Amino acid sequence: MSTLITTPNIDDADGFYADLLALHEGRDKAESDAINARLILVLANHIGDREVLSQAMEAAQAAGHHD
Amino acid sequence: MPDDQQQKIFETPLYPYERSQDQDAETAVRHPVVIVGAGPVGLAAAIDLARQDVPVVVLDDNDKVSFGSRAICFAKRQLEILDRLGCGEEMVRKGVTWNLGKVFFDERRIFDFNLLPEEGHKRPAFINLQQYHFEKYLVDRVRALQAEGKPVEIRGLNRITHLADHADHVRLDVDTPEGPYKLEADWLIACDGAASPIRGMMGLDFVGRVFEDNFLIADVVMEADFPTERWFWFDPPFNRGQSALLHKQPDNVWRIDLQLGWDIDKEEEKKPEKVIPRLREMLGEEARFELEWVSIYTFQCRRMEKFRHGRVVFAGDSAHQVSPFGARGANSGIQDAENLVWKLKLVLDGKAPERLLDSYDAERVYGADENILNSSRSTDFITPKSETSRIFRDAVLDLAEENDFARPLVNSGRLSVPCTYDGGPLNGADAPGLPPRTRPGAPASDAPTGEGWLMDRLGDRFQLLAIGVEVPDTVEADGIAAHALRVAPDADPLLAERYLGAAPGAVYLMRPDQHVAARWTDFDEAAVHAALRQATGRA
Repeated sequence: MSTLITTPNIDDADGFYADLLALHEGRDKAESDAINARLILVLANHIGDREVLSQAMEAAQAAGHHD
Repeated sequence: MPDDQQQKIFETPLYPYERSQDQDAETAVRHPVVIVGAGPVGLAAAIDLARQDVPVVVLDDNDKVSFGSRAICFAKRQLEILDRLGCGEEMVRKGVTWNLGKVFFDERRIFDFNLLPEEGHKRPAFINLQQYHFEKYLVDRVRALQAEGKPVEIRGLNRITHLADHADHVRLDVDTPEGPYKLEADWLIACDGAASPIRGMMGLDFVGRVFEDNFLIADVVMEADFPTERWFWFDPPFNRGQSALLHKQPDNVWRIDLQLGWDIDKEEEKKPEKVIPRLREMLGEEARFELEWVSIYTFQCRRMEKFRHGRVVFAGDSAHQVSPFGARGANSGIQDAENLVWKLKLVLDGKAPERLLDSYDAERVYGADENILNSSRSTDFITPKSETSRIFRDAVLDLAEENDFARPLVNSGRLSVPCTYDGGPLNGADAPGLPPRTRPGAPASDAPTGEGWLMDRLGDRFQLLAIGVEVPDTVEADGIAAHALRVAPDADPLLAERYLGAAPGAVYLMRPDQHVAARWTDFDEAAVHAALRQATGRA
């Protein structure tokens, strides 16, 4: 069974983050929402592993809960 | 089909009211099986029972085929069942066979698909055939059985007004044009549709999810060059924010489904002056068509908690309903009938305990849940329920145009495939290494056997399908025999692929409904006995 990588794993983290912002630069919310959705789908397909995807969804949800 | 002929099929009583001897009897006449409803499911069950010499009476409050095309898409498994019932060939010959589909989004055609039917099956993946034709062929089959002296009757304009459950039989009050009479049944099969009056009379639940949407369904007669394909539109210019489907049926009849949304005036939307301009926009100004039938429906995904209630068994839409995407309504109803009839016959013959019928409940509830899950998911894709779900839906469609990976996510209906009864109460032994597709609980996969199609050689009784393994002619346990069906392991590579995998030989215990009960890589009489007992509710 594969496990979601939760330790730093992106080379040039700042560069990646800048690219992510650049992707949305000058776009309205509807365009950005559509791009984000497509990006999630592209990445999800690349990962493929259903177990890892479930863990990723769980991690995304848990991080938003500030109790 | 010319209009007059078309009108004829809807207007001519197929099973006109005739006075039955039962109406003049002093006391209520008892029948082994009474079926309520002469739709596809009730008729299929009646044919199957009558073929096997179980006397059956079908009551219907109408006397004609259903009006409009309704269920139009019949899947391979159902065609195999119809073959066993003796009327598959007519349906396939009349029906439209299709494999290709196109998906449109907004103004673009985003991709085409091919169902790529697998080689080595007698029947195609699907045919399109109007429900009225389907019913007519089934009634023809009933008439042919009657001519052979088989014990089957259809009583038109016989409406049930009251039902009393008496533990070992059911008592019915039936109304007719000549007044009421009483009837008794050892077993009652309720195939009386989604609005099932029987379910209502018994005060039984029918819970689930109502989808807040309306669909306009139209049959148009058109001489058109559209190919024989399934075309599905998401958010097209002619039906903004909604979906549309175009599908070909026999006789130049085209089926069109237009999603309308929730907040509409149904009566207004059904008017030809409202419908025709919509269709003109969809089909193009040059298309010449005539509107044959229009209906508006709201669908639901729901099922009864249990399909068997004592001596009353529910089958088809009376027991479960799904959204239309995926053609899982009539197809699953036919599988209900298929699953029930052999069990009921064994119980009536005293060869199996009544609890065998509880396996009908277990297996077909499992099947209904699978269908409801699939059709609910299709509905959630086609009609996004929130802003975010619409964003994802549109993202999938936008990606699908250029990216193969996104196409499996496009869900315009997951087309009906038969259920494998995994974990089912009748399943026996499995042998490691044999192909998963033919595991216990699975429907048989067709294949060439060197002496005709496997499906044509299976059915109606327990069989020991022996591929390259020596078995006796019959193996009997507690009065139920399994008959040998011997096939050479090298008869066809597809047969080996579907039943052997890497094994040199195998023995399959097949149920009368062509599902796998148990399987082994060698023959062991005691193991077959145990599996036969398991498969007949004696374990």
